[in-house]
Amino acid sequence: MVAVETLSADEMQSRTKAAREKLDAHTVELVQWHFHESTGCPFWLEQKAGLNFDPLTEVKCFEDLRKFPLFEDDWLRGGPARRWVPKAYEQSPTYIFETGGTTGVPKSRVVIDDFRIDYENFSHTLPDEYFPKGANWLMLGPSGPRRLRLAVEHLAQYRGGISFCIDLDPRWVVKLIKKGWMEHLEAYKQHCIDQALTILSAGHDIKCMFGTPKLIESLCLELEKQGKSFKDTGITGIFSGGTEFTPQWTRFCVEEYFGGPPEVSGIYMTPTYGNTLMGLAASKPVTAADGYKISYYAPEPRAVLEVVDFDDPNQVVDYGATGRVKLTTLTKEFFVPGFLERDEGERELPYAKYPWDGVSGVRPYHATASATTVGVY
Amino acid sequence: MLEIPVLRFGQPYDSLEKDEVKHFITGEPIAKVSQANGGIIQRDVRKAQQARDALREIPPAQLLEMITKAADLYLNAELPLGNGTQTPDDFAHQQSASTGLPEHMCKGNMAKNSFVLTNMNKILDCLTRGLDINILSRGYGIENRGVVVSYQAQSPVLAAVLPSNSPGVHTLWLPAIPLQIGLVLKPGPQEPWTPYRIASAFMQAGIPKEAFAIYPGGAEAGAAVLAACDRSMIFGGTPTVERYRGDHRVQAHGPGFSKILLGDDVVDDWEKYLDIMVESIYINSGRGCINCSGIWASRHTKEIAAAIAERVGPAEALPPQDPNAGLAAFTVPGMAKAVWGMIEADLKENGVTHATEKFGSRLVEKENCAYLRPTIIHCSSPANAVASKEYMFPFSTVVECPQAQMIDKIGYTLVGTAITEDEAWIRQLSDCVHIDRLNIGPIPTTRLNWLQPHEGSIIDFLFRGRAYQMSEERMAKLGLK
Repeated sequence: MVAVETLSADEMQSRTKAAREKLDAHTVELVQWHFHESTGCPFWLEQKAGLNFDPLTEVKCFEDLRKFPLFEDDWLRGGPARRWVPKAYEQSPTYIFETGGTTGVPKSRVVIDDFRIDYENFSHTLPDEYFPKGANWLMLGPSGPRRLRLAVEHLAQYRGGISFCIDLDPRWVVKLIKKGWMEHLEAYKQHCIDQALTILSAGHDIKCMFGTPKLIESLCLELEKQGKSFKDTGITGIFSGGTEFTPQWTRFCVEEYFGGPPEVSGIYMTPTYGNTLMGLAASKPVTAADGYKISYYAPEPRAVLEVVDFDDPNQVVDYGATGRVKLTTLTKEFFVPGFLERDEGERELPYAKYPWDGVSGVRPYHATASATTVGVY
Repeated sequence: MLEIPVLRFGQPYDSLEKDEVKHFITGEPIAKVSQANGGIIQRDVRKAQQARDALREIPPAQLLEMITKAADLYLNAELPLGNGTQTPDDFAHQQSASTGLPEHMCKGNMAKNSFVLTNMNKILDCLTRGLDINILSRGYGIENRGVVVSYQAQSPVLAAVLPSNSPGVHTLWLPAIPLQIGLVLKPGPQEPWTPYRIASAFMQAGIPKEAFAIYPGGAEAGAAVLAACDRSMIFGGTPTVERYRGDHRVQAHGPGFSKILLGDDVVDDWEKYLDIMVESIYINSGRGCINCSGIWASRHTKEIAAAIAERVGPAEALPPQDPNAGLAAFTVPGMAKAVWGMIEADLKENGVTHATEKFGSRLVEKENCAYLRPTIIHCSSPANAVASKEYMFPFSTVVECPQAQMIDKIGYTLVGTAITEDEAWIRQLSDCVHIDRLNIGPIPTTRLNWLQPHEGSIIDFLFRGRAYQMSEERMAKLGLK
């Protein structure tokens, strides 16, 4: 049983204050790391020369990060990728994870251990009752040069299991949509589902999975066509994510495909929010009583999500108000001092387990939504 | 506030996602419409056969009686709608408020739908070329001439992804019910009103609720409807038509590019046909695919353009309740301005003249909406870019083109009215495959004979003729011999 935790106002305030102090200290430590000649990466050391302030002396808390100009993800396109590797990690084995890239040069992020750390942290948010330790996983998501494929595999391994993956090229999916080849799109989706059904029927004792909303839905539909239900797969824990993971979609899956809430069906599904630039934002428990509302909380202090004014990215909106999602990443491997995501949502109050601001109702940013193509992934 | 649920084969479903339909002038919310996610549609449609099964429990003749009753209920009754009810006046007011169509035009469209429902038996008789409708119901039977025939339904439901801007299109899916084919409708975001009111009238008249699914929603819902159903209609622009060209599961309805062609034998008497030209361009605020967007003639074109401009050019944007309102508002922000921008760009081309210019600005911008007043443009050649354009308001070009070149140059034409008595040309026009509906003689493009098929026969779309052989004994047993 996963319940929403509530605290007294005093206790909540105390936790929030402590979290903020931790974030401020972490910010100072990380800025020192990224802008010191002995540890920083060539990109930020070069940028430092063009700043009108000295990050080493003038960043004393998280708020001071607003002195930086907004991060432009176009900086991540093209090489040399090593300009992003901090000096301290020069000799470490380095991964490159890509995002986008259906046409043109994709955006790339170098990673040494961050994906492992992020997913290990996320692992601690998963209820063991539904994500049993030692259980095997199905990875029903993108393959190729994506963080997600390795990250889910590491999550499974960290929890003592093995991850079984399908082959899925999301760039081809986006191309099919843009070309209007809907028949091919359906066929490719079916190809992915066929792979998943094969894995599930092969005696691997899979109990947990990652899936994109569209593929989870397709898997459930295909199982029904075969006269089965999702429960018959034996999977009890699902994690998914993205802007398609809406309250209505959650309710639909819970009521119609899973056979009820976790305490009745034995199936627990949790949403996540994240991308290659950050770790994984977990969600407050999603319940029918709360209208299946989905509120995300970044893994502070390694990453921070803020909901900011559409016209002033340095101004956080009031609680409950709508704004654009702004991301800050603060790890030793990667520094993003403020990046405007292509999403918007409502600012949420801190939660007991995550005593800092959250964001709910995440959806594509209204000004660019019509140009966004959402594939099966 | 009025709350309209998703209708899942007769079962109302209150979604967590709702779209607010707003009044185009005041911005006031009129209704909250539950939005269906794609998964709901895909899952429901797996059980679509139940819709056809429920309809097949009722003999076609009885269904036709119910439809006649529904025609009256649709036009005159206070009907259940979501968490409230709706009178005919409410309907016209609500439809006008969300689509920008003047209220009297909304009522006109109600009358059109009701007429089609009332005359459904005649329409089906014509569309089936006199086939006994029980043969379609059973799937096989014996024709009058004593031959076994079989027509097999290709889908238990007809789906339609409907537009917001043209309430006239609803007549196209109405024949599905007496053919015992269920309905899966995805309304246009601003026009949920007609599908819900017709479904409500049908249900009140005794037609099983299991036959109706209505899924309001965004692009995802439309895509899910098209993916899940084996026979769908979709309404959209040229890219939509292109996307589904050749897909036997989808009947795509796009812009009409409807035209009036004046033959060399009658063009010197063009003034006799002025009323027909004006009606074809102006009626229903020029919104339909059957409205004329091009008048083609070999001579007198400047005079024709000037005369039409004199008649339609002065029309003003009037409030939607005004019985004299002839223009519908553009309710999507920025759309009217963008359309006018495209027209202005085309007006810069040599040989293009704006005939309605002297009647004042065409673009009228209000606080929450905008209007485009009737626009007539003269083209000295079919090569002018604007000669092949169509817009959603009273807009037409008058194109100078030798008669001998007309058929080659007009391009796709949904309704072509050819005013001529030149038999040789009529033969060529009758053979021309890029004219869909052909009117020979002075018939407005907008005046449809409901006994004729529209953009392909719905019977051919929904049923497939096939071989069906039975032994003598079986035919005797079934009383077919």
